[in-house]
Amino acid sequence: MKAFLKYREVWLLAAIVVLIGLISMRFPGFANPANLRQVFNDTSILMILALGQMVVILTRSIDLSMASNLCFTGMVVAMLNAAHPAIPIPLLIVVALLVGLVLGAINGLLVWRLNIPSIVVTLGTLTIYRGATFVISGGAWVNADQMSPDFIGLQRAAFLGIPVLSWIAILVIALFFLLMTRTALGRSIYAIGVNPTASIYAGIDVGRTKFIVFCISGMAAGLCGYLWISRYVIASVEVANGYELNIIAACVIGGISIAGGIGSVGGAVLGALFLGIISNALPVINISPFWQMAISGSAIILAVVLNARGERRQGRIILKKAEAA
Amino acid sequence: MTDTPAPRHIPDRLDTPLNSAIFSWEALLVAVAVAIFAVNSFASPYFLDAWSLSDLTFNFTEKALIALAMALLIISGEIDLSVAAIIALASTMMGMAVQAGAGTPVLVAIGILVGLGCGAFNGLLVTRLGLPSIVVTIGTMSLFRGIAFIVLGDQAYKGYPSSFAFFGQGYVWWVVSFELTLFLVAAVIYWFLLHRTSFGRRVFAIGNNPVAAQFSGVRVGRIKFILFCLTGLMAGIASVLITSRLGSTRPSIAQGYELEVITMVVLGGVSILGGAGSILGVVLAAFIMGLVTFGLGLLNVPGIVMSIFIGLLLIIVIALPIVWRRVRRERFT
Repeated sequence: MKAFLKYREVWLLAAIVVLIGLISMRFPGFANPANLRQVFNDTSILMILALGQMVVILTRSIDLSMASNLCFTGMVVAMLNAAHPAIPIPLLIVVALLVGLVLGAINGLLVWRLNIPSIVVTLGTLTIYRGATFVISGGAWVNADQMSPDFIGLQRAAFLGIPVLSWIAILVIALFFLLMTRTALGRSIYAIGVNPTASIYAGIDVGRTKFIVFCISGMAAGLCGYLWISRYVIASVEVANGYELNIIAACVIGGISIAGGIGSVGGAVLGALFLGIISNALPVINISPFWQMAISGSAIILAVVLNARGERRQGRIILKKAEAA
Repeated sequence: MTDTPAPRHIPDRLDTPLNSAIFSWEALLVAVAVAIFAVNSFASPYFLDAWSLSDLTFNFTEKALIALAMALLIISGEIDLSVAAIIALASTMMGMAVQAGAGTPVLVAIGILVGLGCGAFNGLLVTRLGLPSIVVTIGTMSLFRGIAFIVLGDQAYKGYPSSFAFFGQGYVWWVVSFELTLFLVAAVIYWFLLHRTSFGRRVFAIGNNPVAAQFSGVRVGRIKFILFCLTGLMAGIASVLITSRLGSTRPSIAQGYELEVITMVVLGGVSILGGAGSILGVVLAAFIMGLVTFGLGLLNVPGIVMSIFIGLLLIIVIALPIVWRRVRRERFT
């Protein structure tokens, strides 16, 4: 039990349960399963993005360009759909993944081959990708009436009573879980974050692994490009403007250390859910949505204060768990 | 932020002063600035005009004022992403004061003090609690702007006194605006502080090795706290200028400025990993960014496309010396 309580995710989960409890006192309908399913669905995109950001942050890097990547990829698939409605949606999703991958690979190559700090690279590509969106679209919007019914409808279709969007999120969470806990790449990602020098001696190609994590975050952003556009049914240059900081906020609240090496799939998912619950709850308990920004800001500061205490106590040894077992 | 730096290349012989001046970062920036200036004057007949060039400076002076303090902060190994949110909060507080009937001196004092207070809050969280600044300031960024949104919602404050308009719109002499004068004075002060005082040496020492600096008797926490206060202070001053220039306050004021300020600092040759940089470089980078945006503006290039140029400029200027050094090293070894 004591070992169980050491996990940060358990505390975060407890905080979320308490939060839902508090909201239910003001608005009893909030905690019913149908509404919680809705909250999960609303948060799906943020969860996928936070998972992509997580693998980058774990290697002591950061990807500020995810929201711009999402915006660009979303515009590409929306324009493709508007011009050629016959293209099947699964193929468009593949296109979204590929475009996202290419944009992520550009970040990764600059970090890997030129050794430029990731914050500088992605600060640059943040503005470039969004500017490129304007260039390909000529500043025009793609509206709902230009999109095919399938394009909009796919993620809303229910399968076993749950929308496809939620299923995609569940699938992505499962994939990331397998990646981080069951593959050599996942281990390498943690190792680089904990100690890059030791990782080199252990035979890990640090640069190449960083390249791969940027490809992963790019693909996550690309996938969300399609999901975002088909959810909010408008593609413009302003899509997800400034959203990169929400993604990082979800990671931080989820206990992922910005110094690298600490964090888990569960943490990223719960961190995103925490933000999702707040944004869903404010309207129903009659608090002006203008409060949301200040509340999530306070949550971030609180989370980082608590996480810092935990990190100092536990030290940064990822193999502790294995030793204890 | 925390990428590991590559091992340093140690040359057999030091460069001569002339050589190192020619190959310095600042020389590269001057060359880029001259090139952009020349292209602009060919591209648009309206560019080479005293009033055009004066208008050009309004593009960057507010951000550049913050960049001066941000340069010191980044050299010391920290960062502040909340500066744009500080502008919004300080502007909102000034707007509230106007509604209460405050005069111009009170408004200026409020703007500057709110900025200073926000900076001190960031500094306390980072130095007292030992938290990573990138995360703290992402949090305070949401918090500060969030407060502005709570106060204002979808409203705006207007009705600033006419004497308040001088700071953002007034001219000191002929085409020289108050904003530009203030920026140049501040640049000299920050140059002196960073390059001519022991405080400046300590900032470099902290950025290069905070532990060694601590053991050398440098009060690392206190200096970092002062740097956060300075950054907040400059954001407060920028808030006075921008509020005065626009004559109104909305909670979305100065959105996205933080990334432009950091771009300016990095373009100016300040190492994002800390420990290196110069005020001259930051000033040159500010002018370059102003030249690019203004020149493209004269050619009717939309703002969002300009951002592509800024982004490319950032990456290319950072990548060039790295590629250049690699080519040179491969040739000699």
